[in-house]
Parts: sequence; structure tokens; C-alpha cells
Amino acid sequence: MTDGREEYDLGPFFCYQLKDIESISYRHEVMRDLEEQSLREHVESFADSMRGMRRHLAQADELSFEYQKMSWFLDAVEIYSDAVRNLSAGLSRANPRSRGLQGLGKFLEGYVSSDSFLALSAEAKRLKGKLSEITYRIHIQGLRVSVGKYGGEPDYSADVEDTFRKFREKEAAGFSMKGRALHDTPFMDSVEERIMELLVKLYPDIFSELSAFCARHSGYMDPTVRRFDREVQFYLAYLQLMQSLEAENLEFCYPQVSAQSKAVSARETFDLALAMMLAREHKKVVCNDFYLQGNERIFVVSGPNQGGKTTFARMFGQLHYLARLGYPVPGKEAHLFLPDDIFTHFEREEHIETLRGKLQDELVRMHDILLRATGDSIVIVNEGFASTTVSDAIFLGKQILQQVVDRGCLVVYVTFIDELSRLGDATVSMTSTVVPENPTERTFKIVRRPADGRAYAMAIAEKYGLTGQSIRRRLAG
Amino acid sequence: MKVLLMYRDKDFDPKAAPPPNADTLVQDLELDTLCKVMAQGDPFLLDIAKKAILLGLASPEAITYRQHALKDSIEQAAVVRRTYGLAVEAIEGRKKIWGWGLDYVDSVLRNSVETLELFFDILKRLRRIADAHRGQFRSEAFVRFFGMIENELDDAYLLKIQEHLQELKFPEGERMSALLGKGFRGDNYLLRRFPIGKQTWTQRLLRRKPKFTFEIAPQDESGHRALENIRDNGIRTVAKALRESTDHILSFFTALRTELAFYIGCLNLRNVLLKKGEPICIPVPSGPESLTLSGRGLYDVTLSLKLEQRVVGNDLAADGRRLLVITGANQGGKSTFLRSLGLAYVMTQAGMFAPAEEFSLGISEGVFTHYKREEDVGMKSGKLDEELARMSHILDGIRPRCVLLLNESFASTNEREGSEIGEEVIMSLLEAGVRIFLVTHLFELAKDLHSREGADALFLRAERKADGQRTFRIIEGEPLSTSYGQDLYKQIFEGAKRAVEVPPVSASQ
Repeated sequence: MTDGREEYDLGPFFCYQLKDIESISYRHEVMRDLEEQSLREHVESFADSMRGMRRHLAQADELSFEYQKMSWFLDAVEIYSDAVRNLSAGLSRANPRSRGLQGLGKFLEGYVSSDSFLALSAEAKRLKGKLSEITYRIHIQGLRVSVGKYGGEPDYSADVEDTFRKFREKEAAGFSMKGRALHDTPFMDSVEERIMELLVKLYPDIFSELSAFCARHSGYMDPTVRRFDREVQFYLAYLQLMQSLEAENLEFCYPQVSAQSKAVSARETFDLALAMMLAREHKKVVCNDFYLQGNERIFVVSGPNQGGKTTFARMFGQLHYLARLGYPVPGKEAHLFLPDDIFTHFEREEHIETLRGKLQDELVRMHDILLRATGDSIVIVNEGFASTTVSDAIFLGKQILQQVVDRGCLVVYVTFIDELSRLGDATVSMTSTVVPENPTERTFKIVRRPADGRAYAMAIAEKYGLTGQSIRRRLAG
Repeated sequence: MKVLLMYRDKDFDPKAAPPPNADTLVQDLELDTLCKVMAQGDPFLLDIAKKAILLGLASPEAITYRQHALKDSIEQAAVVRRTYGLAVEAIEGRKKIWGWGLDYVDSVLRNSVETLELFFDILKRLRRIADAHRGQFRSEAFVRFFGMIENELDDAYLLKIQEHLQELKFPEGERMSALLGKGFRGDNYLLRRFPIGKQTWTQRLLRRKPKFTFEIAPQDESGHRALENIRDNGIRTVAKALRESTDHILSFFTALRTELAFYIGCLNLRNVLLKKGEPICIPVPSGPESLTLSGRGLYDVTLSLKLEQRVVGNDLAADGRRLLVITGANQGGKSTFLRSLGLAYVMTQAGMFAPAEEFSLGISEGVFTHYKREEDVGMKSGKLDEELARMSHILDGIRPRCVLLLNESFASTNEREGSEIGEEVIMSLLEAGVRIFLVTHLFELAKDLHSREGADALFLRAERKADGQRTFRIIEGEPLSTSYGQDLYKQIFEGAKRAVEVPPVSASQ
């Protein structure tokens, strides 16, 4: 998400999770405003301009010839004042509904009508205008160069074109013409510098005004404008991601986030990381649904391997994480819980430094989580327990699950042990599925269904129209 | 300045796409033989001749325009060839100036000036030809062309070019204007014109003592490069304008060379035919609806060009006929006759003379040929497949008011099937308004076509004397059930001494 936005240092924004519903809706409002095409364009063009302005300032720093520095600085000021004024006008036209952007709009209105801003921008414009009117003459005679004011002599190429126009029956074919490009580098060469020095003498007033301007306005940038420029990238980055996935027919929605209800649900949601990877190759992304109701707190996910179980677990955590940042989330509809924290336990490679066995390591990490998790936490476990016997694994799994059940956490528990899905009211069994006609092919659908170890048998039954649903439909005639 | 020697209203475009059936037409009508004679070894003439013949004209008026210019070319052959020579000289001379890789701004300018000098000289000579010979031309095309040269290249204009040629050597250095661009680097460098000798005394004085001047030290190499850079940028637009201008003049010479090449080709062909004593005539074109088709002494010009002696010509009176069916003796001149018809069409429609003593033609909107092919067509489809695929391809492009030459089509299956398919195809095309010339051995086909004979069909036969002798004449006559193959058999297998002339095999295929 931050690719191409490194200069904004967005990392810290993602680490700070919102703690209350109010802050989440504050960001939702801003995001909804920014989803409006016209408003978004204003903001993005502002951001573009600010990037351009920074490039100009960097260029001015890099140059050593004083008049060149001034030129780049003047351009930077002009870009800045245009950008701020356009943003202010754009915001007031677009009429944002969010408190955030309304506040910014008010601030900008005041700022662009302030005396200091008006003076800055008017002076920059006037200087630019005067400078652009300078047309000078260079006369090269051997090694001698004379500089003067241009006196209206005709363009030689126009004369040539005019003379031979009668032969022109069609567009001339293109041809290549080499020679040093005019502006392949921003640095003047020695001859240009000497010409420039003569121009300063030829137009002394303009250049002394310019140098006074640069001295006076070295710290022209407003801190609030600068901060907005950075913070709005937090939204734009995500909007860009959303758009690239919406182009692949995936949807996003504003989740209903509750601090109380753990009856979470989502329709046609998906794992962002996987979707981004698949979208790059224009491959289809499989969406999934889930819901919890009543006392249900725990998804126990089992079923065939490579069927999307881990993806489902990651997706569940991701949804809540994104919701806590105040972002829209993948899916057509989502009701999510605002946890106090999200804990994850995924299988890891064995680390020699830990000096522990794999099982021991897993249990230590699990224990850490259980120490810190409260009833308002989300716990996501992709359990390994592969380094022990099945009966051990069942025992350990039951122990751990029982603890989170007792605590009331929201849990996704990925396991290969069917029994764990039948622990009680709080658990809901989700299983990965296969294609009915070809039971060896995965659908990457995770469905709410008892884990009875019969995924293959079910698939084959479906193929012959012998599932419960099919039989009912058949009997209904 | 348009040349307009081939069309009244546009340039001849040698890059125009030839009709889709061009390759077939070239093969079936032996157009390469014809064009080679027109070219006399010059590949450029060959190319233009071939294209002009393939891109035929669509109206009698356009044909007449060229015929008149052709008559002028014949009468003023020396002037036309000299004018052609000037165009060639301009084009070849320019090629020498522009070698390879000389595309730096500086060399573009230098080469363009040199090219302009060359072109200036040739334009002056072209003007002199116009001055001297304009009055001897009568055709609209040449009268207009030389008139244009006189008007457009008048003395005042030539003087103007001469002034440019002097100034473009910059005897007083380069003067340019510039703006302050990004970061105050110079931008929009533009060379300005200070006409030599046209300033007042005070202007000269003012310019001689500029206040703001510096000089680059002779040993300052980077300074030299920097100055070169500014100069290059200054002359860039002029170099471009001059290069484009000389390119435009070059296009003029190219168009002139191209269009004269066609007439030179006609002159070359005429010389060869006249030397042999073959007749040629300016044909009389009329609109397609007239269905005119008649002539005296019509002969196959390509066959004649291959043989030492003259070839047999045929008289033809087929005005108003939509269908010509030619049957009769093997080796009797049927294919040759069919080709002479096709060639008369394309030559007339290119604005050339016709190989006949007299010829009148209702022009077509396209000539198509479908000839029996030898069995070199690869293994992937059968013979009938192959020929019907070609027929289907023809049907993609053919329209009413086109002509179709069928030479032993539908013969790659048995007679009954071939005749049925043939009749179906021929009848539908006739109804659609296509004119058809058919050479066939399929007696059933010929007979069926004959039995539906109306006023718009004409049946011809290769003549065979009672003793089996061929005259290579095509006479009117209904189809017969034998092609006298046994005559040929006897001649070859029994060595019977008969006065039978057998044309070279290649000429009959």
C-alpha cells in the first residue's frame, strides 16, 4: 500500500489502532467524502502539486548558481500557492460532509485570505510574469557572444517555411535530428552562466526584486497544510488499493463496528493480501461468508488441506484490523466487533535460538497469548500440534479452546482435528470444500458445515443429486 | 506544386495498394514480360509501369487525359526524356549529399543548404526547358505542368531562394532570440533573420558596438562545447524547416520522376513494337454500360515480345456481348486470344496504347482472371478444392461491371461436375452484371451456355482447316464436341509432316 508513498512515512499510522467507535466513524466520514470522484481529484491534484513543490525545493538545494536557485525556489512558491488555493476552492465547491474535511476547508478559507498568503502568492505571480516576458538576443560570432534585448526580428524558420510552402503537398516525413537536448540537466553550463550574468545587468530591477523575494519568504509553508498533505495519504493509499480490486469486481463496504455485540458476520469478503496477488494476474478471487449468532464465539475451521483454511483465518483477523484503522473492509456487508486487541498464533519454522522444541515453542507462545487476551480480544490460532500424537493434539486443543470459550474471546481456530468443532454452543464448524464433480479439486470456499470427515463423500453425493437439499427438492417434485 | 501528369486532379501514388488479385493478374496476363520491355532494364521504370497497369483508371475521361499526354510524349520524346533526366539528377544528387548517420543538427543544416543549392540549380534548368518548349505541347497535362513551372518559378522567386542560400551561410554570425526557461536555462532558442544589406547605417553602427559581450577563450574546450550547444539549439528550428522544405522539393521531383516514368515506359514499348512492325493504336474508351468491345488486328503483345516474328492478330466484333465463349482446337490460339483481350483491357485502362490496329472498349471496374493451374499447388488440398478456393477468393473482390477471364476453369473434375459447377458460377455472375470471357474444353458447359444463347453471348472457335492445320485465328462458331486432340497426337506420335506451326509451350499457358 505504501509503494510509491515512501516520502510520507505512513508506517506509524498503521500501528496506531483506534480504540472507540466514534473515531472509526470520524474516519469513515472522511473516507466516504474522498470516495467522491471530484473531491478526490482535488485532493490528489493537491498532493501531486506538493510533491512537485518538494522536488523543486530539492533541486534548488542541489544547484549552486544563485540565480538558478532563486528560479527553482520561485517556482516552488508558485506551485505551493496555486495548490493551496485550488484545494481551498475545490473543497468549498465539493461540499464535504465529514467533520474532518469541513474543518480543513474552514482553516484553508481563512489561510488563503490572510494577508501573508495573499502577498506571497501575488508577489510570486508578478515576478514570474515579468521574468517570462524577458526575450533576449544572443549574437554568436565565432567565440564572441553578445547579449541584448530582442528587437522583433522575424523567425528565420518561418521565413524558410514560407518561401518553400509551394512545394508542400503533404506533411513532411519525420526524421531524426541529434544534438544535445535543451534541458537534459538542470545545471547551466559556463556560457549560460555568463549570459545570465549579463541578463542580470540588462534587467537589474527584476533580478534585485527576485533576490529580495527569496530572502523574505524562505519559510513560506504552513504547518497545517504540510500535515494534511501527509495524513490524507493514509486514505488515498487505501482508496487506490480498493480501486484496483474493484476493477476485478471485488467489493468493499463500511463495516458496522460494535464494541458490544460479538455476532460478527460478513458477506463475500476476501483476504486482501491474496486478492492483491491474484488481481495482478487477473485471476479470480474466491469470496467467503461467515456469521456468528447467539452464544457462538469460535470458528473451528477444518477440512481438506490447501483449501483456504489459513486464508480464512488471516482474513478474519485482517477484517478487524482494517476496521480498527477506520478503513472500509473487503466484502459486500460486514458486522464486526471492536476488540481491545488482536492476537495471532500461526505455525512457525523451528528457531534454533529459542532452544525449545517445536511443540514446546507453540505452547509457550499460546500461553503468552492467553495471559494477555481478555474477553474483548480476538484470538486467531492456526494450530500446528503436528509434532505430537493425535490424542495429545486433541487434548491440547480442547484445553486451549476451553480457556478461550470460558473467557468469551472471539476466536478463529484452524485445526485438522474434527472433534474440536463439537465442543459446545460456542463453537461453529467451518470446513473447506471440494468441487462436487471432482473431489480432488478445491473450491477455496469455507462453509459453515459440520466437520464429519466426509467432505469427499458429500461431494460425490452432490454430483449424483443425493445431498439432503437435492433429495428434498426431488421429493418436493 | 502538383505534377498532375497522370491524373487531372491527383498525384499518382505508387504506394497505393494494388488490387487484391494483382499477383494472379500479373501471372495470367504475363505482365512481367510487358513491363520488362517498358523498363529496358531500369528497375524504377519497371516498378512504375507495373503499378500504373495494375492501378487502372475508372473513367473514359481519365483515360483520355493520359492518352493526350502520351501523344505529347511521343511527339516531344526528347523534351520529356530530358525533363525526366532532371528529376533523376535531383534525386540521385541529394542521395549523395545525405550519406549515413549525418543527423546532428549542425549537419542537417549544412546538408540541407547543400541540397537546396543542388535543387536550385535543377529548378533553374527546369524553368529553362519550360521557357523553350512549353509551346510545343498540346495536352492539358503538359501545358498545365510547364505553365506552372513558369509561374511558380519566376525570376523573383528564384532570386528569393538565392538570397536564402547566401544568408544561410551566416557570414555575420548567428543571431537568435531566447527566453528564460526552467531554472533560467535558455529556452525557445530561435534563429532570427537579419537580411544582409538591408539595414540602415545606424542599425549597423548600433550593432557593431554591443555593450554586453564576452569572449570564450580559445583553449576553453567546455566553453566551446557549451557555445556549440546554444548554437545547435538556435539553428534547430531552421535546420528542421530547411530539411522539411528540401524534402518537399524532393517530393516534387519524385512525383515528377514517377509520373514521367510511366510515359517513358510507354515510349520504350512503342519503340520495340514499331521496330517489329507491330501495329499500335490509341484505343477509344467508353463507359462500362456501353459494353463496347471491338477491334481489328488485336494481338497478344506479350507473345509478340517473346517471338522474333510478328504474331497473328484477330478481328473482333463483340459490342453488347456479356459472354464470350471460346472453344476449339488444341494449340489453336485460344489462350493467346484470351490474353490479348485481357491485355487490351489493362493497357487501355492504364491510358496506354492498345496492341491492335483499332480498338474500342467499354471499360471495366476490374479485370479478374481464373486460369487452370499446373499441379504445383502443394499436397494439402485437392485440385478442385484449390481451384474453387481461388474462385471463392475472386468472388470476395469482384463486382458488377468487372470482367472475368476464365481459362479452362472447372476442368479439375469430370466433365459433368465441372460443367454443372461452371454453369452455376457463370450464370450467377452474368446476372450480377459481370462480363465473362471463357476458354473451355468442357463441351457440355459450352453446349449448355450455347443453348441458352441470347443476344448477349458470342461463341468463338479456334480455326482448324479440314486437313487439321491451325491458323491461330479465332472465328465465330458454335462449340464442337472435339478439340482435335488426335491431330496433335498424330503429329507428335506419328511424325506426320503437316504444315502445323506450334507456338512455344510457354506462350500458350
